[in-house]
Amino acid sequence: MALRKFFDKLEPHFEKGGKYERWYPLYEAVDTVFYSPGTVTRSTSHVRDGIDLKRIMITVWACVFPAMFFGMWNVGFQANSYLAAEGLAMDEGLRATFIAAFAGNDPGSIWDNMIYGAAYFLPIYFVTFVVGGFWEVLFATVRRHEVNEGFFVTSILFALILPPTIPLWQVALGITFGIVVGKEIFGGTGKNFLNPALTGRAFLYFAYPAQISGDQVWTAVDGFSGATVLSVAADTGMEGVRNMITWFDAFAGFMQGSVGETSTMMVILGGSVLLLMKIASYRIVLGVLLGVVGTSMIFNTVGSDTNVMFEIPAYWHLVMGGLAFGMFFMATDPVSASMTNTGKWIFGALIGGMTVLIRVVNPAFPEGIMLAILFANLFAPFIDHLVVQANIKRRVARGAI
Amino acid sequence: MEHYISLIVQAVFVENLALAFFLGMCTFLAISKKVEAAFGLGIAVVVVLTVSVPVNNLIFNHVLREGALTWAGMPDVDLSFLGLLTYIGVIAALVQIMEMFLDKYVPALYGALGVFLPLITVNCAILGASLFMVERDYDFGESVAYGFGAGIGWALAIVVLAGIREKLKYSDVPPGLQGLGITFMTVGLMSLGFMSFSGISL
Repeated sequence: MALRKFFDKLEPHFEKGGKYERWYPLYEAVDTVFYSPGTVTRSTSHVRDGIDLKRIMITVWACVFPAMFFGMWNVGFQANSYLAAEGLAMDEGLRATFIAAFAGNDPGSIWDNMIYGAAYFLPIYFVTFVVGGFWEVLFATVRRHEVNEGFFVTSILFALILPPTIPLWQVALGITFGIVVGKEIFGGTGKNFLNPALTGRAFLYFAYPAQISGDQVWTAVDGFSGATVLSVAADTGMEGVRNMITWFDAFAGFMQGSVGETSTMMVILGGSVLLLMKIASYRIVLGVLLGVVGTSMIFNTVGSDTNVMFEIPAYWHLVMGGLAFGMFFMATDPVSASMTNTGKWIFGALIGGMTVLIRVVNPAFPEGIMLAILFANLFAPFIDHLVVQANIKRRVARGAI
Repeated sequence: MEHYISLIVQAVFVENLALAFFLGMCTFLAISKKVEAAFGLGIAVVVVLTVSVPVNNLIFNHVLREGALTWAGMPDVDLSFLGLLTYIGVIAALVQIMEMFLDKYVPALYGALGVFLPLITVNCAILGASLFMVERDYDFGESVAYGFGAGIGWALAIVVLAGIREKLKYSDVPPGLQGLGITFMTVGLMSLGFMSFSGISL
C-alpha cells in the first residue's frame, strides 16, 4: 500500500491550515480515484449503496469506449477510402506528418484507420479535457466544492458529438460555454438543469454553423463534400438513402457523422451495460424508443407529397444520425432528466417525439436529437411537478374513502 | 381549420412571445418562483389575450384603419396613429370589466387569479400580441387563433420556467448571480432549447 502511504503523507499539506489548503479539491479528486473516502457516518447508521457518484461516472466513461474507438476507426476509414478512391494524398500539415510516421493510408487496414482517426480525435479530446478541466478546477478551488467526475463524462461526450474537422479553438469555446454556463454557474454537477455537453454543442451550432453542419465537415479531408445520411434523406427521401447505404451498414456505422455517433451497434453495446447496471434508466431509453416509433408511424400514415422525410420508417430513424448516442448517453443523464418514474417515461417519449418532429418538419435542422434533449431538459422539472401533484391527489382521494 | 391550427402551433412554439421575442419579461421573471402562481398568471394571460386581440382587431379594421370609416361617410380618414393609445386603453378596460365579472360570477377563479389580473394590464406581451396582429394583417378568425396561441405559448413558457426555478432552489449559485441574474441566464438557456422550432414554417 505504498500509494496509500504516499497520499497520507501528502494529506496534511492540503488540509485546513496546510501549505496548499486552496488546492484541497485537486488532492481530493486524485485521492478518491484510487481509494474510497475514509469518511464514515457519525450519527444513526443508514444503508448506502456500494456504488457512489464517482464509480457511476467512471462506468459511463468506460461504456462510451466502444463507440469512441469505433468512431476513431470510422474517421480514418471514411478519409482513407476517399483518398484511395480518388488517388489523392493527404493534406499537408502536422496531422499528416504524424499519420505518415506511424501508418499508411490503406482503408482496409485497421491500424491505418485508427491512427488517422486518432490524429483527428485525440486533439479534440485533449483540448476538451484541458480547457474543461481548467474551468472545473478553477470553480472547485474558488467556490470550495469538490472536483466532480461528472466532468469526465461531459468531456468525452462533448468530444464525441463534434465533427472530426472542427477547429480546436471552437472546441475550447464550446466546452467553456458548456461547463461554465451550462453547469458551474448553477453550482456544479447535480445542480444544473441542462446537459452541459449538449449545451456546449448547441452553443457552437448556433454560433459557428459553418464548421459543425453541412456537407464539408464530416470527413477529415480538406475540400471533401459528403452528405450525412440524414441530409440525403431530407433531400431525396427513402429512395436516396437506399441508394447510398444499406440498413446494416448504417446500423454498424460505416457512414459520415460526428465522431462517436455513427455506430448504433457500438452505442447499444456500451449502453446495454449501463442499462444492466441500472446506471441509465431503462424507462427513459424505452420512452425515447416509443416516442420515435410512435411519431414516425404517425408521419408514415399521414404522408406528404412535398416533404420526403414523412416516409422514413422508424427503424431507419434509429440508425441515422446521433439518435442512439443521445438516447443512451445524453437523455439518461440523471441530473437533467426527470426524477420520477412516470416522469421518465414522459420525458423519454417527449425526446423521441421531438427528435422525429424536428427531423421531419423543420427544414433548418437535419438532426433533431440535440435540440430535442435540451427541450425535454427544460420540461423535466415541470413533468416531475405534475407527477408529484397527481400522486398527492390520488393519495388524498384514497385517504378520504 | 388547418390554417387556424397551424397559426396556433406557430404562435405557441415558433414565435413564442416570451422566449423568441422576450416580451412580458417583467411579470415573466417576477411571478415564476412557484408553479402554482405561474399557472394562475398563465391562465389569466391566455384569457386576456384571447379576448383583447380579437377586440382590437375589430376596432382596427372598422375604426382605425385607413378608409375604415367609410361606413360613417368619411372614406379619407386614417386614424391608425391612434393605435397604441387605443389598444392599451382597450386592454385596460377589458381587464377591469373581466375583473368585475369574475368577482361577481366566478369568485373561485377571481380568488385564484388575485393580483395577476390587474397586473397584466401593463404586460407588454399583451400589447405586443395586438401590435403583431395589426402588422400581420390578421382577419377576425385569425386574430382569435393567434391571441389564443400566443397566450398558451406565454403560459407554457412561464410554467416551465417556474418548474426550473423550483428545481434551482437546491442549486448553489455564486452570490453575485443569485436572484434575477441566474433567472436571466436560465431564460437565455431556455430560449436555446426553444430554438428547436425556429425555421419551421407552417
